Amino acid sequence: MSRPPAVELSGIWTRYREVVVHRDVNLVVEAGDVVGLVGGSGSGKTTLLREILGLLKPSAGTVKLFGEVLDRLDILERRAVRQRMGMLFQHGALFSALSVYDNIAFPLRELKGLDEDWIRQLVHLKLEMVELELHHGRLMPSELSGGMVKRVALARALALEPELLLLDEPTAGLDPDRSETFVRLIRQLQRELGFSVVMVTHDLDTLAGLSSKMAVLADQHIVAYGTPAEVMAVDHPFIQNFFCCERGLAALTKANS
Amino acid sequence: MTSTGGHPLPSLRLDGRNVVLAGEWTLAAMLPRLAFLRTLLAQAADSERVWDFSGVTRIDSAAATLFWRTWMRSWPAEMEISAGLRHIIERAAALPDTPPPPPPRTKTPVELVGVFILRVLHNLYGLVTLFGQLILDVLHILRHPRDLPALEFSANLFKAGAMALPVSALVGFLIGITISYLSAIQLRMFGADIFIINILGISIIRELGPVLVAVLVAGRSGSAMTAQIGVMRVTEEIDALATMGISQTQRIVLPKVAALACAMPLLVVWTSAAALLGGMVAAYLRLGLSPAFFLESLPRAVPLANLWIGLGKGLCFGFMIALIACHFGLHVRPNTESLSAHTTASVVSAITMVILVDAIFAILTRQVGLPQL
Repeated sequence: MSRPPAVELSGIWTRYREVVVHRDVNLVVEAGDVVGLVGGSGSGKTTLLREILGLLKPSAGTVKLFGEVLDRLDILERRAVRQRMGMLFQHGALFSALSVYDNIAFPLRELKGLDEDWIRQLVHLKLEMVELELHHGRLMPSELSGGMVKRVALARALALEPELLLLDEPTAGLDPDRSETFVRLIRQLQRELGFSVVMVTHDLDTLAGLSSKMAVLADQHIVAYGTPAEVMAVDHPFIQNFFCCERGLAALTKANS
Repeated sequence: MTSTGGHPLPSLRLDGRNVVLAGEWTLAAMLPRLAFLRTLLAQAADSERVWDFSGVTRIDSAAATLFWRTWMRSWPAEMEISAGLRHIIERAAALPDTPPPPPPRTKTPVELVGVFILRVLHNLYGLVTLFGQLILDVLHILRHPRDLPALEFSANLFKAGAMALPVSALVGFLIGITISYLSAIQLRMFGADIFIINILGISIIRELGPVLVAVLVAGRSGSAMTAQIGVMRVTEEIDALATMGISQTQRIVLPKVAALACAMPLLVVWTSAAALLGGMVAAYLRLGLSPAFFLESLPRAVPLANLWIGLGKGLCFGFMIALIACHFGLHVRPNTESLSAHTTASVVSAITMVILVDAIFAILTRQVGLPQL
């Protein structure tokens, strides 16, 4: 039995008063795909991500997650679908009143079926997955460095081992070295756990290091969608600008070699 | 086989010595019948079994941990499992068995009292420090008048003073009606109708007006000040100000304290007037006391000193509320829990302090403004 696509956007329109952000956006993310969503500043990438999450409602069109339209489900079914996805927010969005340990344990405790012993082992497993030490669990979010916030947020997003992971600027604010390590970590976890990824990023290294497919958002819709090679072959001013100068080529050749 | 969302459900079957597992062993799939699966696993674990994973399509770390716990943290003697699945369980197995952290020790009542007293002393120390800093700031501004935060002062005066006029008038008016109405019933029994003016005049101008406004302002402006400064700390705006060489007390605390100290006496006059108006209306309706007579008798019944006491209280309360609010705001730690705790503490301490200081006022001014017997 083939799995339904993780995300299926069809005919998405988004309007803020007179400003049209998305004009008939269509995008299908198959299970297991790692899709990098690229676009200029203000092109509505994050808005699209929020619409996939169900935090924003598009003006028109439907968002299907794992073959289901969220709006048509009741509260329990909707929660079940939401538990199959994880989100890594740009600034982590950790609960500032809870320690690192409690942040990661939070989604597990919300399931209300797991004993504290089991939760502790799972939290430790997640901490280890994102290469943090067990004693880091006692820290509060305000005591963490930028890179650690991202790791803890990733551990929390992966707490339920979701089938779909959404990343908003996963490497923004990290130095190149940290950012490379973080990309490697996500790629390794993606291979092991086999989740699909939709990722918004500006960073070419991140894009080249992670994505198996790219979607380019320009002129209010998806102008190109496919493997990196296919996308770069498309003749569009934004794509030419974004990839086809030296930095783009350097990043992509480095990733391919 | 039944399925949800295309995933085969996890299942377990005992076949002689064999434990035959099948389906997708993930947290999401296990959850609806977790208790049942755990009972089955517990039954399977009691003797030498052959674990057959050949029908299993997927294991996540929750399931891996569950198996590892079922096996009492050691590999079963015989098992049939693919390398990929084994790897996932191996990772759960590699985790050291850490004992649960000891539960936090509950404090004895004596310790709780001690902690409370220490916290009160610590806050008093902070308030005195802030007060001292404000005096230094005022001295600095006297020498450098260009540093006067006039814009912030007027903005705070408007927010804490002018914007509070409608609500304080409404509350004052209603309280005035209530007191007047209740007193009227009692006074009529003794035929002492005329003393309603004395009761309303003295109690409202001297006591109720200032305290009422103080409670309202502590809830309205005090909490707002604490929350505002607290969020400015969380978002590092205070640090940004400091980086530009701007003193946080001079630019943030001083205008707030000065504005509230100015606005409060005015609010006290306004609220007392509204309360007297309410009292006058009720006295007219209940006792038939004409408003003209009420207004004519009021100055005779209430010595002028009471008004000064009311204004002095207003000034003092306003100063205290703003100082306490700023003190707690400046000590918010960067998390939501601390913000909420400090805002609560700010309002509660401000109201407590107001009532405490009001009692001190009452003792110090017991010889002033009251008809002596």
